[in-house]
Amino acid sequence: MAAGFKTAEPLEYHRSFLVNKSDRIQNHNTEHREVSVTYIGFLILFPCLGSISTANGSALVKLGNTTIICGIKAELTNPTVEAPGKGYIVPNVDLPPLCSSRFRPGPPGEQAQAASQFIADVIERLIKTEDLCIDRGKLCWVLYCDLMCLDYDGNILDACVIALLAALKNTRLPEVTINKETSAPEVNLEKRRELQIHKHLVSASFCIFDDSILIADPTAEEETLSTANLTVVTDEDDRLCSVHKPGGTSLSGERLQECISRATTRQREIQKLIDKVAHSVKKAQ
Amino acid sequence: MEVCGSLTVSLREFGCEQSLLSRTDGSASFVQGDTSVMAGVYGPAEVKVSKEIYDRATLEVLVQPKVGLPSVRERSQEQCVRETCEASLLLTLHPRSSLTLILQVLHDDGSLLSCCLNAACMALMDAGLPMSCLFCGVTCAISTDGQIITDPTAAQEKESRALMTFAIDSAKRSVLMSSTKGSFSVHELQQCIAVSQKASEKIFQFYRDSVKRRYSKSL
Repeated sequence: MAAGFKTAEPLEYHRSFLVNKSDRIQNHNTEHREVSVTYIGFLILFPCLGSISTANGSALVKLGNTTIICGIKAELTNPTVEAPGKGYIVPNVDLPPLCSSRFRPGPPGEQAQAASQFIADVIERLIKTEDLCIDRGKLCWVLYCDLMCLDYDGNILDACVIALLAALKNTRLPEVTINKETSAPEVNLEKRRELQIHKHLVSASFCIFDDSILIADPTAEEETLSTANLTVVTDEDDRLCSVHKPGGTSLSGERLQECISRATTRQREIQKLIDKVAHSVKKAQ
Repeated sequence: MEVCGSLTVSLREFGCEQSLLSRTDGSASFVQGDTSVMAGVYGPAEVKVSKEIYDRATLEVLVQPKVGLPSVRERSQEQCVRETCEASLLLTLHPRSSLTLILQVLHDDGSLLSCCLNAACMALMDAGLPMSCLFCGVTCAISTDGQIITDPTAAQEKESRALMTFAIDSAKRSVLMSSTKGSFSVHELQQCIAVSQKASEKIFQFYRDSVKRRYSKSL
């Protein structure tokens, strides 16, 4: 009976649960009388480092059902003319038809490209690109970060940022020395050094439902029924790195503030989790 | 282009022209300082069966850069403009139809996304599409010494530590869209939102004046 109602009227089905839950919250919390915020709660996170052996660094992250795998390949190249003392990072988010029936084979769709641009804007703060430079103006590392979604159940931006952070922590670059006589690079695959993560960035996504209810970490179904999405990226110094709200219904100042405070708590949880997993991987090696 | 001290906001000179293209249902050109964007709207028109939505119109936005083919950056700008327009247009009045909005970048001298949003709003108005509210775009840059600059030029954007673009609606002056780059504190974000809301009043007044002037001439 409930399954039939859910298929025929998904909006009403969700609304009935959210309205009842918010009544309960209103009774218990007398401070927020008009606000109705439902935290479905962030789903259980399961990260796994070093899954791809041929990549320099990799991570597989499951956020509930949403699964993202990130692989990092490092190559040697000439630095760009605008920034001769820095290396660069090229992220790419791929949403293949495997992850969901809404994606068709062919060139990347708008959602994948917008996600790639979002990651490219966020990644600038993650590591210091000066660390990727080997010889100023002549040689530097370029990191190709490929994020592939294996199972799409909403909230890919959060999962992508976590996967990227975890994979970069797992990345080991070999030592490169420049031979003075031949001025050719010599790569020593035995000695490897880790990348230093400058800022641990973590994103928290929310979707706005019916103009008043905020749902944290939305699933695919909640995303399709929502009227707007918001993603907040914070770092460990409580500074915001991105407030990404691509249109949709408006959000008041207080709601935005709530989202930001929730995002900062999320940042601490995720950073602890990633550190724990990275530490256990290092111990195992 | 200038510095905001105690909420005195100054924007670059802006100009607008509507109905300049003959084939489109609505068109507008918006100029902010040296940044110039032309927008054209086609619709409501027939929609491909694969893209049709049973109860609303399907809005498609295309951003064409000045040089080259559209890349990933343009796709992300398209997503921002499209979702902002969808929030303000009354799409349920034209089910199973398509609306196409094309934005051609004529010159980019900073604040490109906000110029695109302003051109889009004027073009949608020119096409006579029903909207629940108007929207405008405002860009703020935070320089390295912490000052907030509204409507920055390309040079100011390059030197800034953070760049934020907001779409503000005309009904409640609330934030419809937010796209940021660089790092900033929560306090700076709130200041920029307040500054953008103040700047949006000037832009909405400009919309009103230019439409009034246009219709008074055609009588």
